[in-house]
Amino acid sequence: MGSYVPGTEKERQEMLQTIGCNTVEELFAGLPEQIRLSEGPDLPEGKSEQEVMSIMEEAAGENRVYKTCFRGAGAYRHYIPAIVRSIVGKEVFKTAYTPYQPELSQGILQSIFEYQTMICRLTGMDVSNASVYDGATAAAEGVLMCKDRKKDVVFISGTVDPKVKAVVETYCDGQNVKTVTVPVTGNGMTDIHELKEMVERESGFACLYVEQPNYFGIIENIGPMEEIVHGAKGKLVMGCEPVSLAMLKTPGEYGADVAVGEGQPLGLPLSFGGPYLGFMAAKKDMMRKLPGRMVGETKDADGNKAYVLTLQAREQHIRREKAGSNICSNQAHCALTAGAYMAAMGTEGMKKVAGHCTAKAHYLAEKLTEAGLETDADTPFFNEFVTKIPEGSSVTCSDILKALDEKDILGGLELDDRSLLWCATEVNTEEEIRTVADTVKQMMGKAGE
Amino acid sequence: MNFPNELKYSKSHEWVKMVDDDTALVGLTDYAQDALGDLVFVNLPEEGDSFEADEVFGDVESVKAVSDIIMPVNGTVAEVNEELLDSPEAINSDPYGSWLVKMEGVTGTGELLSAGEYEEFIKTCD
Amino acid sequence: MKTIFEKSVQGKYQDIIPKCTLPEVTFPQELTRSAALELLEISETEMSRHYNQLAQRAYGVSDGMYPLGSCTMKYNPAVNEEVAALKGLTDIHPQQPASTVQGWLRILKIGEDYLKEVTGMDAVTFQPAAGAHGEYAGIRLIREYHMKNGDDKRTKVIVPDSAHGTNPATAAMCGYEVVSVPSDSEGGVDVEELSKVLGNDVAALMLTNPNTLGISDKNILEITEMVHEAGGLCYYDGANLNAILGIARPGDMGFDVMHMNLHKTFSTPHGGGGPGSGAVACKNILKGFLPGIKIEEDEEGMTMGLYEETMGPIGLYYGNVAVAARAIAYMLTLGKEGMVAVAKNAVLNANYMKTLLEKDYHIPYNEGCMHEFVISAEDLKKETGITAMDIAKSMIDNGVHPPTVYFPLIVHEALMFEPTETETKESLDRVSQILLDIRKEAYTDPQKLHEAPRKGQIRRPDEVGAARNPILVFEDGKDL
Repeated sequence: MGSYVPGTEKERQEMLQTIGCNTVEELFAGLPEQIRLSEGPDLPEGKSEQEVMSIMEEAAGENRVYKTCFRGAGAYRHYIPAIVRSIVGKEVFKTAYTPYQPELSQGILQSIFEYQTMICRLTGMDVSNASVYDGATAAAEGVLMCKDRKKDVVFISGTVDPKVKAVVETYCDGQNVKTVTVPVTGNGMTDIHELKEMVERESGFACLYVEQPNYFGIIENIGPMEEIVHGAKGKLVMGCEPVSLAMLKTPGEYGADVAVGEGQPLGLPLSFGGPYLGFMAAKKDMMRKLPGRMVGETKDADGNKAYVLTLQAREQHIRREKAGSNICSNQAHCALTAGAYMAAMGTEGMKKVAGHCTAKAHYLAEKLTEAGLETDADTPFFNEFVTKIPEGSSVTCSDILKALDEKDILGGLELDDRSLLWCATEVNTEEEIRTVADTVKQMMGKAGE
Repeated sequence: MNFPNELKYSKSHEWVKMVDDDTALVGLTDYAQDALGDLVFVNLPEEGDSFEADEVFGDVESVKAVSDIIMPVNGTVAEVNEELLDSPEAINSDPYGSWLVKMEGVTGTGELLSAGEYEEFIKTCD
Repeated sequence: MKTIFEKSVQGKYQDIIPKCTLPEVTFPQELTRSAALELLEISETEMSRHYNQLAQRAYGVSDGMYPLGSCTMKYNPAVNEEVAALKGLTDIHPQQPASTVQGWLRILKIGEDYLKEVTGMDAVTFQPAAGAHGEYAGIRLIREYHMKNGDDKRTKVIVPDSAHGTNPATAAMCGYEVVSVPSDSEGGVDVEELSKVLGNDVAALMLTNPNTLGISDKNILEITEMVHEAGGLCYYDGANLNAILGIARPGDMGFDVMHMNLHKTFSTPHGGGGPGSGAVACKNILKGFLPGIKIEEDEEGMTMGLYEETMGPIGLYYGNVAVAARAIAYMLTLGKEGMVAVAKNAVLNANYMKTLLEKDYHIPYNEGCMHEFVISAEDLKKETGITAMDIAKSMIDNGVHPPTVYFPLIVHEALMFEPTETETKESLDRVSQILLDIRKEAYTDPQKLHEAPRKGQIRRPDEVGAARNPILVFEDGKDL
């Protein structure tokens, strides 16, 4: 067994002698006798490093690493540059604590300050926090920033990722904030006419949460929504896919008050869902409502540049029950990763990734349409889109997914019996796209025979 | 510490200065600014907002803490001291010159303390 | 040092991904950025050096003792990092079919089983991403429980005055009114005061045991029973679980639900402030409300579903599972005897260090300290003007990371030490000697301590200026 305890028995005896005890057990006298585990926990013996590694390797071997992946729906396979892995693997970046002691933590603080700057440049917003748990909690914290004592109704577009919606609803429910879903049009977009009427009817309207692109990959018509929302003195909270922001109009340009999103595409591995990274940015007038940590630039006693955690007084460890949120950590190491990713890709690299994503997704959509699936050609999309199996076909989504699976391809996510949500990124090749299309074509063709 | 005689005080450390029969300025006492430390931000209500005595009407933020500010009287906000939004440190340097809000339709001043009473009261604080 | 943006030069780039050979897709102008993206442009050499410079301006557990109280800054084993980097764990999409993620489910199931045993609870979820997130889940479970029983008059949560700030913040976030109860003279919950606030309007009591003074509450069984009798439930803040690992279990103390900080007790690295993992464990009465995935096993293999009456998700997927995998590797390593060894040595180390310091420093709650202890520098401040902060900053000049300062709130000028079990006697001796020397210096050369640190990366920063005019973003050409 290992416990990483470096002391020897001789040293323990010396320490006990200094304390004035005969046994370590005496130090546990404060624990009532009847709750002590006299036999210790009922667990297997401790294992050597070699045994632990082999158990974990074996388990990892039971997971299927698909050669090819056309599934996104909230988590995306992108290429991670070697320099990013190398940088974030540095021991000190892993083993440092929260930078509460600025005199020993300038490197960590500066990396967060740089991350905040990059997020602002990407989103076109004024200020960013140091990150939160994931894109879904970022959305929840984002809408809660917009409530006040008179405004406690949150509108959520029906086109947002249902997983994010569920988290926002959980959080709102906890604070007795009402959530209302804005209906979806036939072509998978937020119903703007309905939104207008609903906003006019609701005096407690606090904010609208909408995603760009939306869950179905469609680029929403945000402009009119912004007018409706601000016309009713509400706030606009936009959920954004970060890679798309290299190309698409930014939340800053749309006039959003808060921009949030899932930062996983910025260099973080899929890792079965976590750890990921929730980014949060806001207009300057919302700065003091941003939850969580923020790093600011200041000067030290000698007048030299220094970084500190700032606006801490609003946080839970000081404000206790009056804090706006209980969040007290960021995903610092994930933010470091995202920062290093953006640095490695640079301005041109980010645009290039966005270019690959759109080109490949559009090529995939085209090929799948040729193969016999239906897509909506009129709605603009980024790198995800929905296909439908035509009415009357006997093929099901699971048939298609099974056929792809046999070729080591993880196909689109099944939304219902007839609909699949597909995704393509720079890691997908033209050849892979043709293989998918050929496989689907065969399925559809066979069914037609 | 300084507690001018012409002002009235609340136990939540606000001062009230009657400018006419039903109009008053409200600010933070010398004791409050000292306890809070260097102020970095003030969050104030909007003109036209009505408050009852003992309601929270804003907050002040120092590096150490964010503290609610409590309305010492009943009334409606007639004016907000916008200058403080840019220079909250004025509250530290001149607490009685730095009024937060001007209230009109003021009632409920009967419970307020005199300077002498307030000075006695703060001896029991901390 | 310069920011990475000041090192950016137009035209520099790194050749990472290939040229796209498919036709470019263009969007109507109203859908695209009007201001072109300007992120930064830097070569790989310069980027590598930039981050190396940043790394040199950081301090980790790998650099030395990190005695932050309540943070359990223990050594982060290397093997855990190798486990988390296995391709079969990293390259798995969270929405793959269950049949293709059997290994992940098996690992998480092992983790659940170990944690159930060491906590004395019946079920575990890994969805919470951090301790505060776990608290949130736990208190929401309690709320769901009362609501289901039609008991909607319970509006209060009781929190002792020694509690972590997250406890009251969490209760408020879940819509509860917070009632504070004072500590008694020995640092435990004042039972008499507790009985006064208990009633049919109390939803829960939140407690850390041992508490933030490092003291195990001798009345713990009585306290949980009182709460249960009043119809409330008991929440255990697992921040200090390291002290009792394998020795006693929150479930046996009468707690109904708890979170663990896998990044504290179970050795996963803090990463400069996250990601952590705030796994939640609970008794059967709350199990059905759990967030996250319910992992079961049938003849086909492992399955993943939802709990029947789940309170709803609090995260996008299943939690920071790659962090959990590290913790699970650690649990396998420890096993039965290792768990006990962790607690015993953590408590021994803290008591040893306390003994070295208590002759010179005042320790207001000195009896029955376990894995951490709290010094008060109030006497020193009165005599010399030297504050807890001055002591902390002087430690930096001596090459040691300071402890937690000004917490818990009930101790004035508090310095809270938690050395953990992975420190050697040599380092405890050395750091204690540094503290004793600092105390002497407070009398002989107080100015030096006021001006500390001199040998840090920076001198003390202007935090007031930072908060008054926050600069959260680098802007070219704009200097303070």
